Amino acid sequence: MENARTGGTGPSAEAPPAVRAVGVTRRYGSTVALDRAGISVAAGETHALVGRNGAGKSTLVSILTGLVRPDEGEISFHGRPAPRLADREAWRGRVACVYQKSTVIPGLTVAENLFPHRQPTNRLGLVDWRALRRRARALLDEWGVAADVRALAGELTVEQRQFVEIARALSGGARLIVLDEPTAQLDAAAIGRLFARIRELRERGVTFLFISHHLQEVYDLCDTVTVFRDARHVLTAPVAEVPKHELVAAMTGEEVAAPTGHLRERSGGPPADARPVLTVDRLGLADRYTGLSFTVRAGEIVGLAGAASSGRIEVAETLSGLRAADVGTIEVNGRRPRPGDVPAALAAGVGFVPEDRHRQGLVPDMTIADNATLTVPDRLGPRGLIDVRQRDALAREMIGQLAIKTPGPGLPVSGLSGGNQQKVVMARALANRPRLLVLINPTAGVDVRSKDFLLGKAEEVAAEGTGVLIASDELDDLALCDRVLVMFRGRLVAEFTAGWTDNELVTAMEGVHVNA
Amino acid sequence: MPEPVASGPAASEPVAPGPALAVAGAEPPPAPAGGGPPRLLGGRIPMARLREFALVPAIVAVAVAGWIVDPVFVQRQNLINILQTMSEIALLVLAQALVLIVRKMDLSLESTMGLAPGVAAWLTVSEAGQGLDLLPGAFAVPVTLAVGVAIGLVNALLIVRFGLSGFIVTLGMLIMLRGTLTGISGGQTFFQLPRSMSYLGTTQWLGLPVSVWLCLTLFAVGIAVLGYTSFGRSLYAIGGNEDAARAAGIRTHRTVAVVLVVAGLLAALGGLLLSGRLGSVAAAQGDGAIFTVFAAAVIGGVSLSGGRGSLFGAFTGILLLFMIQNVLTLGGVPAEWIDALNGSIILLALVMSRITTGKAQD
Repeated sequence: MENARTGGTGPSAEAPPAVRAVGVTRRYGSTVALDRAGISVAAGETHALVGRNGAGKSTLVSILTGLVRPDEGEISFHGRPAPRLADREAWRGRVACVYQKSTVIPGLTVAENLFPHRQPTNRLGLVDWRALRRRARALLDEWGVAADVRALAGELTVEQRQFVEIARALSGGARLIVLDEPTAQLDAAAIGRLFARIRELRERGVTFLFISHHLQEVYDLCDTVTVFRDARHVLTAPVAEVPKHELVAAMTGEEVAAPTGHLRERSGGPPADARPVLTVDRLGLADRYTGLSFTVRAGEIVGLAGAASSGRIEVAETLSGLRAADVGTIEVNGRRPRPGDVPAALAAGVGFVPEDRHRQGLVPDMTIADNATLTVPDRLGPRGLIDVRQRDALAREMIGQLAIKTPGPGLPVSGLSGGNQQKVVMARALANRPRLLVLINPTAGVDVRSKDFLLGKAEEVAAEGTGVLIASDELDDLALCDRVLVMFRGRLVAEFTAGWTDNELVTAMEGVHVNA
Repeated sequence: MPEPVASGPAASEPVAPGPALAVAGAEPPPAPAGGGPPRLLGGRIPMARLREFALVPAIVAVAVAGWIVDPVFVQRQNLINILQTMSEIALLVLAQALVLIVRKMDLSLESTMGLAPGVAAWLTVSEAGQGLDLLPGAFAVPVTLAVGVAIGLVNALLIVRFGLSGFIVTLGMLIMLRGTLTGISGGQTFFQLPRSMSYLGTTQWLGLPVSVWLCLTLFAVGIAVLGYTSFGRSLYAIGGNEDAARAAGIRTHRTVAVVLVVAGLLAALGGLLLSGRLGSVAAAQGDGAIFTVFAAAVIGGVSLSGGRGSLFGAFTGILLLFMIQNVLTLGGVPAEWIDALNGSIILLALVMSRITTGKAQD
């Protein structure tokens, strides 16, 4: 493997790399975001950039796209030095980034989004709408994007929106495109289409820098992988020459046993006679799910698997009280909380980690202590008063239990990394000492170490007799489940007990074998 | 490209070994921040606290300037006068700050300030005082407060229950309530108010006007509620991220409704103090006050986008505006120019607070 590290062995052996960064350092105050790091992306390859949260990926992207000036180091495109930061036009012609969050303007049409500030005008200097639409359609056709140029961008699906953003980047002349976690919000079928499109564009000479937390995607799609850790470059190698467990080890800096081992070997599980903590009977919600009946026993970890659109998220939200079902009953711990009432669900003993921590999990300006104790006002002092010392003590206890990296409970939660933010959401769910813990995508967008920790926590909680329901399509989340229920288009279609294979599960989630 | 990717942690670490070797040769990850050196982020806590006091230096500076302009400024009677004249509108600032923290707006407060005591006067005042003389004078204060609560309930019904835009709803209410006051008063001024209505605005306790006591007490209560009750924290949670607050089990609709009702009540009380002090209710009572209210809240650090700001800051905001106004009057600035200067001062104060807090306002 000696030759595996030389970034120059790929397609780039003769041509200068599409982008090259050498010795880049960037500090924010006393924090070093990048420390003499570098990357070299050969023209025409699909290059993966991976690393835990805080490894410096985002800072590198900001520098490569000209949004941030490095304190030290050189950036070059195709062997020529990067343009001045102020010269946005020149940057646009070299590199573009499709961010996880949408950058289209939702109130404008697709056509206008494709040509911001570049609308064709007629003799009177007014916008020539027909020419604009014609050019937009030609552009989308050229790159094979199926979207109506007259549709409002806000009405596109996530998938279409990404394709439109890619087309917009290409229309600006860039042939290097940074994709920042493009698959995070897509279901398996859409990811497949995205990857097919990326491969097509690659054939046409477009270079991609692909950032993802899903290592499998790196293996499925990319030629070369670069690993950053703690603000530094650690490794660059052809994907085929790095086994998965070595890649994880490079990211964490720890020797990690082969990844399939330790999580799956869940010893024991619940005792056979454990009482159910959750009984769901013929639950239904119009257009979302129908006819669901299942139980979760004390100490049991049950997976609720399915694509993003399968209805599993809505089921989990119904259990937490965020939604009310039209028909059917939910019994938690022998009680029937009022449907659609979060405080009632909390009182019945439901702990809940919502789908998206930014949207539903955290109040960014509030402190860790306030966020972690939002669900338990009665544990902070008598009659709705808050005893600050009691609150901070409780928060410190949770910070310790969940190994949240912070100087103290008084820090605004927005200052934490993604993994630590998710731990605060988990702390909030556990603060209530739940009998039933409902987790939606509990490890979305967190680094490898936090992921292992969060899943380990779920096992620990189950070992203490809490029933755990994990609504996720992430195989690693489902790997620790005693049972996995699979949903497809609003129905339960399959149930797996220990010993399933990933292929079986994925096949069921994609609805290939609908045989319920 | 003949050169390897030369970006390892140090020049001594070879760029060529296989991944496994790179891992073995890596340093341990840095220690958790808990026991580590002070970080940039660690400094944010005191900064957040300091922001509440951002206007204190400005208040001291204005006080010194006032003393230089005219030594009368620092005399007890003048200071009490400032506090009393601001106390009525300060209650509106308190109300608006609460509403802004839950990420809503209430423009109708200034009309409530007029209509609530207006209705009370209309029902209790004799015909000589433009009223109907329907109720005994003892009902005046309860009627005033009830009108404030009723207006808050209507706002809550439209904004929370029907999900209408708070800005437009309260703009409509602003116009409608003002028109109602003009309608019931025929554009005239109610006077010969019952004793109970003028009591709060005219009486002194321990040498300070009751309205000043009330205002300071209510701000103190507000600060305690926001900082040390779960209800208060839930206002910040709702303003900061309503979905997260709901997912955490906070009854967001009920809480916002309570805030809107409390705001109506506070505005009615502010109107009562003002009517009591002036001994009358003019059809235009409170007209235009909402601009000062917003300016004071924003200068005081309350964010228009919700979830941020403190009542202490809001209080310093309104205090600063009234002190400056007082200094200008003492300095002999003609009354016709006061408004123009007031507007400039608001803009100046915004620029100053932008500089001192270092954060863009929205």
